[in-house]
Amino acid sequence: MKRSNKPIFWSLFGAGGMLSALVGPGLIYVTGIAVPLGIMNQEALAYERVAALAHSGFGKLALFLVISLFLFHGCHRMYHCLHDFGIHVGPGLKAAFHGFAAAGSAAALYLLIAVGT
Amino acid sequence: MKTYTRPMGAWWTRNPYYLWYMLREASCVFITVYALILLVGLFRLSQGKAPYERWLEGLASPLSLLFHALALVLVLYHSWTWFKVMPKTLPFVRIGAWRVPDRAIVVTGVCAAVACTVLIVVLAATT
Amino acid sequence: MRKIEIQCLRYHPVTDAAPRWQTYEVPFTDNMSVLQGLQHVKDHLDGSLTFRWSCRMAICGSCGVMVNGEPRLSCETFLRDLFPGPVRVEALNHFPIVRDLVIEQSDFLRKLESVKPYLIREEVPSGKTFLQTPRQMEDYYQYSKCINCLLCYAACPQYGLNDKFTGPAALALLHRYNADSRDAGKAERMELVNAEDGVWGCTLVGYCSEVCPKEVDPARAINQNKINSTKDYFLRFFKK
Repeated sequence: MKRSNKPIFWSLFGAGGMLSALVGPGLIYVTGIAVPLGIMNQEALAYERVAALAHSGFGKLALFLVISLFLFHGCHRMYHCLHDFGIHVGPGLKAAFHGFAAAGSAAALYLLIAVGT
Repeated sequence: MKTYTRPMGAWWTRNPYYLWYMLREASCVFITVYALILLVGLFRLSQGKAPYERWLEGLASPLSLLFHALALVLVLYHSWTWFKVMPKTLPFVRIGAWRVPDRAIVVTGVCAAVACTVLIVVLAATT
Repeated sequence: MRKIEIQCLRYHPVTDAAPRWQTYEVPFTDNMSVLQGLQHVKDHLDGSLTFRWSCRMAICGSCGVMVNGEPRLSCETFLRDLFPGPVRVEALNHFPIVRDLVIEQSDFLRKLESVKPYLIREEVPSGKTFLQTPRQMEDYYQYSKCINCLLCYAACPQYGLNDKFTGPAALALLHRYNADSRDAGKAERMELVNAEDGVWGCTLVGYCSEVCPKEVDPARAINQNKINSTKDYFLRFFKK
């Protein structure tokens, strides 16, 4: 019986799931609701402040992990959802979904280097 | 032997348990889109102050607010179901001879999530 | 005596192209199970109704059926709880119907054999017995309570979508042996664990553990082995 490659994708899925379970609510609330609605001071997401975060080593790591792991978690689960809906999923779709997450991660990495310090 | 195989069809509609499962799974769409929103924001940040501030303004649009409201609800549900199910993914946790009950693992996870949420909100609010 | 309507999904392989519903009015008392309702139908209303049963006490695993869309043991499900009804009884989901409420279960029996459900050891102690602490027994005991009733397979949508998936009960039994301190056969069972249709066919819907009448918790057995399988995947290069 062929050994499955699932462990790789499942580990990424699990890491993303844990991270999104812990920081997802806080981040979505701050960036998507509190600041846009004015519940929280607009200064929280000011350009200078977020740029400083993106320039710092810790900030780069945090932003990369959030974007990358959220993408891997989401794409892996979306791929499985298709199967749950009865859609036949083969290696092509598997590569497309995980490739998309990888591409997004690569883009995030590039941008975090590009913004410099 | 002739048998009859029933089709699966829309199996998830035939039992409330399955509907809740699908809702949990659906959270992944919102998590993916949110990550993409952050990625776009990062891109705008790299372009400069004006593009970034235009991205910020976009976050205040009705569509964005609706998306983030739904995303918040679903990520909270994801978080809850994640920790509810976590004991099943771990081997029995023991302290000496005492087996840590599943309840304790769930409560620990939920508390960690609450703590992280508070931390993020406080860190964001204090400029 | 009160009456309750029991609707059964009927199917005869010779005369029927597809299953059809048939309704029966069954008088019942508060202590009657769905099984007793079916037996009343067979004894007094329609002798052709076909269903499996044996012990009447939730230990043999024969009487699994869908009751109002949920996998249940008919001997352990009571008509008083379903009143005023109607009670819809159907053969267990995700299995081919042989006739009426009887399903074809050979696939499961093959899978049961495939997990090597026996203690595997190289040396057998002569004259001595195995000693096991209560903690060692706690590690596998719940998984040994399975009565092979197949409710978990009827609950599992992944098995319904793909019948090559080894499935909850078989994987729980596999874990029962891996977790037994007397067993040394983990390596032999890993191939099945690591396969796409092994533990990786599970998406932790969790309904299997919900419906299990013996609290085996197959979802736990399977998902613990996802970690084991992952460890095996990444650490295999460091093994001799």
